[in-house]
Amino acid sequence: MKVVIMGCGRVGARLAGQLDASGHSVTVLDVDSYSFRRLPPGYKGKTLVGNGIDMESLKKAGIESGEVFVAVTQGDNRNIMAAQIAKHIFNVPKVICRIYDPLRQELYQTLGLEAISPTTIFTDVLKKRVES
Amino acid sequence: MYIIIIGGGRVGYYLSKALLSEGHEILVIEKTPGICEAINDELGTVCLRGDGCEVSTLAEAGVGRADMLVAVTADDEDNLVACQLAKHKFKVPRTIARIGNPKNGELFKKLGIDVTISSTNIILEHITEEVPTHSMTHLMEIRDRGLEIVEVRMSANSASVGKAVKDLSLPSGSMLFLIVRKAQKPIVPTPTTILMVGDQVIAVTAPESEQALRTALRGE
Repeated sequence: MKVVIMGCGRVGARLAGQLDASGHSVTVLDVDSYSFRRLPPGYKGKTLVGNGIDMESLKKAGIESGEVFVAVTQGDNRNIMAAQIAKHIFNVPKVICRIYDPLRQELYQTLGLEAISPTTIFTDVLKKRVES
Repeated sequence: MYIIIIGGGRVGYYLSKALLSEGHEILVIEKTPGICEAINDELGTVCLRGDGCEVSTLAEAGVGRADMLVAVTADDEDNLVACQLAKHKFKVPRTIARIGNPKNGELFKKLGIDVTISSTNIILEHITEEVPTHSMTHLMEIRDRGLEIVEVRMSANSASVGKAVKDLSLPSGSMLFLIVRKAQKPIVPTPTTILMVGDQVIAVTAPESEQALRTALRGE
């Protein structure tokens, strides 16, 4: 599959490395080229310096032919905006975004975005551990 | 009207000041404590410290009863999310977003934001107005109607100078409705009005007919 990942932080870099190792065609986008140091040594995918909320950068990253778009920068709003561009402007079939804020995650989920809140998930994990 | 302003920077501050003087009820939501204090010192207690993209802050601000929310932070993504929350979570009737990247206008409209204002585009329009090589100036967009109001300046070599309005081959989507002539009252053109050098012709047009209108008037 052709995957575009926006944000090369710990999650973005790890996901890119694993998808690349599984044989997918991966492009990672980050505003800071220094972030690409996080990618694993054997990474064969593409890297691109650019802002994912800029349509030109997304085009350069090959979003027009992308099958999956993942937004995992540190900024909830940036992820939300990029995901909506991917979904509504470029019609990417699968768009996933991280939204730390559970309330925003809930709202955008109802608006049709596939949104994941690490806050909710991690809280649930902790609660289970505490109570076990 | 009760108007919520997201972002207390320069734009937010002067906007609040102007709207307050017009008698509106204003609440500014601003993250930075120092800026928030300064606004409250100067304009009275109108600034709430908080993140305008947080549902809890918006609820505290009473966004549910707001007539309008205007997001004027420096970041397009923050303005988008603030407006979307207001629209979808709090059913605010009118949302207005400032955008830095003019290309985001189309996206924001598609995502349900009622009005977008691009300071870049506004500055650009004023610059083209000052540059004589640009014979056509955009004065205003008639929102949601797909029309715009433009000004065309007549120079000595313009194709339509000396011709009557009825003899121009104007595109069907365009209409001349005002001629501003030096040292005269503005003229509402009739079919027999003759165009002269120096005339500022104000026309309403569909954007796709813009080029044809320019050709009809200027011969370009």
